[in-house]
Order: sequence, then C-alpha cells, then structure tokens
Amino acid sequence: MSEETKIHTLDPDKWIDSYADYLFNYTIARVSDAEKAKDLVQETFFAGLKSMKNFEGKASERTWLISILKRKIIDHYRKTNSKKGKAEVRMNFYSDGERDGDWLEERVPQEWNGGADAEMESEELGAALQACIEKLPEKYRMVFEMKTIQGFDTEDICNELDITSSNLWVIIHRARTQLRKCMEDNWFKK
Amino acid sequence: MAMGKIKITCKEATAICTKAQYGEASLLDKIKLNLHFVYCKTCRLFSRQNSELSDICALAKKYQESHKCCLSAEDKERLKAQIKELDKEK
Repeated sequence: MSEETKIHTLDPDKWIDSYADYLFNYTIARVSDAEKAKDLVQETFFAGLKSMKNFEGKASERTWLISILKRKIIDHYRKTNSKKGKAEVRMNFYSDGERDGDWLEERVPQEWNGGADAEMESEELGAALQACIEKLPEKYRMVFEMKTIQGFDTEDICNELDITSSNLWVIIHRARTQLRKCMEDNWFKK
Repeated sequence: MAMGKIKITCKEATAICTKAQYGEASLLDKIKLNLHFVYCKTCRLFSRQNSELSDICALAKKYQESHKCCLSAEDKERLKAQIKELDKEK
C-alpha cells in the first residue's frame, strides 16, 4: 500500500503518550495560560473520542487531532472576544473632536527612569513585562504573543484566528500602548 | 491612510511606529512618520520607548522560556483514566 492510499486508524489508548505533549506545546504557543492550555488539550481528546466515527482515515491521527484543537483555539479566541465589559477595558490615549488624534495630555509618554540599558537586571525586567502582558485582555494577549513572543507571520495569525491584518495591527498597537504604559507606571516611574 | 494625506495625527503616527517595530511599515508610511517626528517631540519619545519595549519583549520571551510549563505526569495519568472511562461508555 503506498503512502497516499494508506488508511489511518485511531487508537485512543495511545493518544496521551503519543500526542499529549505535542498538542500542549502547540496550544501554549497560542494560549499562554497553562491551565487554559491544559483544558483545551483535554477538550480536544474528548471531542476526538466523541467524533471517532467521523474519522475517515485520510489524515494521520495527529493531523486529525490538531484540526480539532485548532477549532478549540479559535473558539477560545472568539469567546474571549465576546466577553463584554471584562475583556474590553481599554485605555484611550488620544483625543477626539477638535484635537482629534493628538495625545491626551494625561496619557502623554513620560521619560523613563534609567531606560532599558544593557546593565539592567534582565531577568527582572523580563518578569516585569510578563506581569504586564498577563494583565492584557486575553484577545490582545493572544495576538500580541503570537506575533511578538512566538514570532509567527502576520498572515499565519490572521488565518488561524480568522481576522484581517488591519484588525491584527489595531490589536497589536493597543496591546503595546498598554504595555508601554504599564511598564511606565510599574517599572520606569521616577 | 489616504495617499494624498502627508500630515498625520499622533494616533496614526504611533500606529505606524508599532508596525515599523516588526519591519512591516510601508515606505510611504515611514516617510509620513519621519515627517511627523520633525515637529512632534512626544511621538519621538514614544518611538524610542517602543524600540526599548521591543528589547524588553525579547527579555520576556527568555523569561517565558525559562518558566516553561508542561503537562505533568499526573495530568497525563488523569487524562488517560478519563479517556478510558469515556471510551467504555460508548
């Protein structure tokens, strides 16, 4: 039997040993909250069990499980998106009306004390930014981390999360503006 | 952003600035941004800090890598048991 015509089969008893780490690493690169990532992996296995009868054997077991996981991740992204109030606490940095698009006086960037010099305690500084990242609304955090920390291509992120690139840049920009402000308040304060 | 509009607001300038951090701002956008910098000290400061923020992001990445979490043996055992249970019910 050649590779193309090979019929794949499912063996749930081996799923955990064979794929749990792979699925978890895939998830944590997109959803950085470890508990949430574990939940999504678990849900993926359960959904896989439930829909075993729909498995046609065309894809490998792993590819099939990843396709389920991808849907779980996009559902998670959309859910955090629609959680009104909680997720969308966002700070305004610019004026409307006559001075439209100018910096709001109280949000103007302040000089940073010390700056990010080479001699800075890098572990601590990284941890301080991490704390700020964790305060971002989940949808901002996901997009920001996929782009900045994981270094995914803009196009790949847009495809995976089903958003437009202008959408992506608005989110990245808001996330970074909030992070800058958070670091200013918590780390660089004079 | 319209092609004809060369003068941009601070809001637009900072948005371009962010794209530029990932090397994804267009040439025209970069020209507009630099023109804006000529008269806007605040956005110049923002831009400098935005670069520093990128450096700190690299540190956060290192931090994340050294605090990487994984599935524990217990997590896996629990999952295995649950799968067995569910599989039986079918």
